[in-house]
Amino acid sequence: MITVKEWREKLGEEKAYDLIAELIEKAKKNTYNSFITVTEEIALRQAEEYDKGKRNGKLAGIPIAIKDIISTEGIRTTCGSKMLENYIPPFDAHVIERLKQEKAIIIGKTNMDEFGMGTTTETSYFGVVKNPRDVERVAGGSSGGSASAIAGNETVLALGTDTGGSIRCPSSFTGVYGLKPTYGLVSRYGLIAYANSLEQIGPMASCIDDLGLLLEVIAGKDERDSTNAGRSFVYSPVEKKFRIGVIKEMRADERVQEVFDEFVSSISKFAEIEEVSLPSLAYALPAYYVIAMSEASSNLARYDGVRYGYALKNLDSWTNYFSRVRKEGFGKEVKRRIMMGSYALSAGYYGKYYLKALKVRTLVVQDFMRAFEKFDLLISPTMPSTAFRIGELADPVTMYMADINTTPINLAGLPALSMPAGEVKGLPVGVQIIGNHFDENMILGFGRMVERNEV
Amino acid sequence: MIDDSTVKHVANLSKIEVDEKEIQEFKRDFERIIEFFNKLDEIDPDVEPTYNVIPLKNVMREDEPAKPTEREKILANAKFKEEGYFKGPRVVE
Repeated sequence: MITVKEWREKLGEEKAYDLIAELIEKAKKNTYNSFITVTEEIALRQAEEYDKGKRNGKLAGIPIAIKDIISTEGIRTTCGSKMLENYIPPFDAHVIERLKQEKAIIIGKTNMDEFGMGTTTETSYFGVVKNPRDVERVAGGSSGGSASAIAGNETVLALGTDTGGSIRCPSSFTGVYGLKPTYGLVSRYGLIAYANSLEQIGPMASCIDDLGLLLEVIAGKDERDSTNAGRSFVYSPVEKKFRIGVIKEMRADERVQEVFDEFVSSISKFAEIEEVSLPSLAYALPAYYVIAMSEASSNLARYDGVRYGYALKNLDSWTNYFSRVRKEGFGKEVKRRIMMGSYALSAGYYGKYYLKALKVRTLVVQDFMRAFEKFDLLISPTMPSTAFRIGELADPVTMYMADINTTPINLAGLPALSMPAGEVKGLPVGVQIIGNHFDENMILGFGRMVERNEV
Repeated sequence: MIDDSTVKHVANLSKIEVDEKEIQEFKRDFERIIEFFNKLDEIDPDVEPTYNVIPLKNVMREDEPAKPTEREKILANAKFKEEGYFKGPRVVE
């Protein structure tokens, strides 16, 4: 993995053009299937500008890969779906405008589970992403391509999105650093919606400082997202004796748990540690899926093959046309979630599923708030296992179970980091560090201490 | 439990055409997923629902004209169009 600091040292010795051209070659070779689109022309032009001296930006000359769910003007944005295979957004997402202002070099759009719906990137229309640590295994999902691009030295920085763990899961599986920010810190303008009350765009990188730098650029006020908190972020990592709660209900398989337990004992030199119980977590996973699928059924109603997206050869009556477009344009997991969402919202089931799930959400928020009265941060294993073999998870519900430790964070809108904490048989294990709302500097400060102590 | 007509009903609500083979597959999947959802039957919390975790209310901005996106750029993504408009499927039989 390449840090921003290391890349800047390279920029001091070589031309940006040559360095970027080398990365582009790698991205085009696409060993891990990280990329859906490589933006060669634009990237090389930006590198030339850098070489000509246009370097006034926080991210000047730094390559970044963008998850293909974030709108980029003039560059196709597929969401990993046949439905949007040829869709070219007429505008930039807020985060893309910010990256351009700071002169980052966008090198491509990364592979992902279709519309973000998956934990392995196996639901992508463009094929599975391979884990650079073991190519027989998945890189996780849904931001699998962003993670494998960092782990496979195909980029320095990346943007992912996280609805129920989609930044943290692939970070954990590939041994990279990924932060899901507080809900509302980063504008969702131009992020193609899956479950809008849960999702956030966030930074992925190879060290804590790079996450801080990238978050500083993408966070901030934006009137075009009505749920934007209107706050900016300045990276200033906290240093203190941290009070850490280990969440009793968030566990992992035996080997991952061993690595996690070792991690917990290793941080005792700079942290006070205690176990904490959040009983509502027993219901968080089904509540999460009810809410996510309900929101998906509504958000994905827009794909009708009329204004954009997959279209048939001829127009037909509207009900035939829409139903056929959606049959041919969506993959199986997307159809499942839309239909289950329609079911959960339909007459007779609304109270039993959707409303109940929103009440569980209240309990989860209350449990976390109670815990943060006592603790600065809460920790757990990010994922209950290391990376799965490709094709290992055939059943949808078994796949949903893998999100058990990550989804409660989205229900509560909290920020959470996944950072590498060890290995099991050569496969990375991630630890999840959860903060209170807008406490990103607390999380990153702790992460930095862990990094320096080389746990 | 879930029968064929339930799958057809939600497929129609979702405007997704399904064939016979898909009906059987989705029926099996939906049964598993609903069994998983039914964990929620164990509790009945007496609390208000949370739609959004960050307390925000009626976020307003000044009503000022902004630069619109170019019509051609937007229409470029549509297959069927006529005289600067999208052309949609027939809605009256």
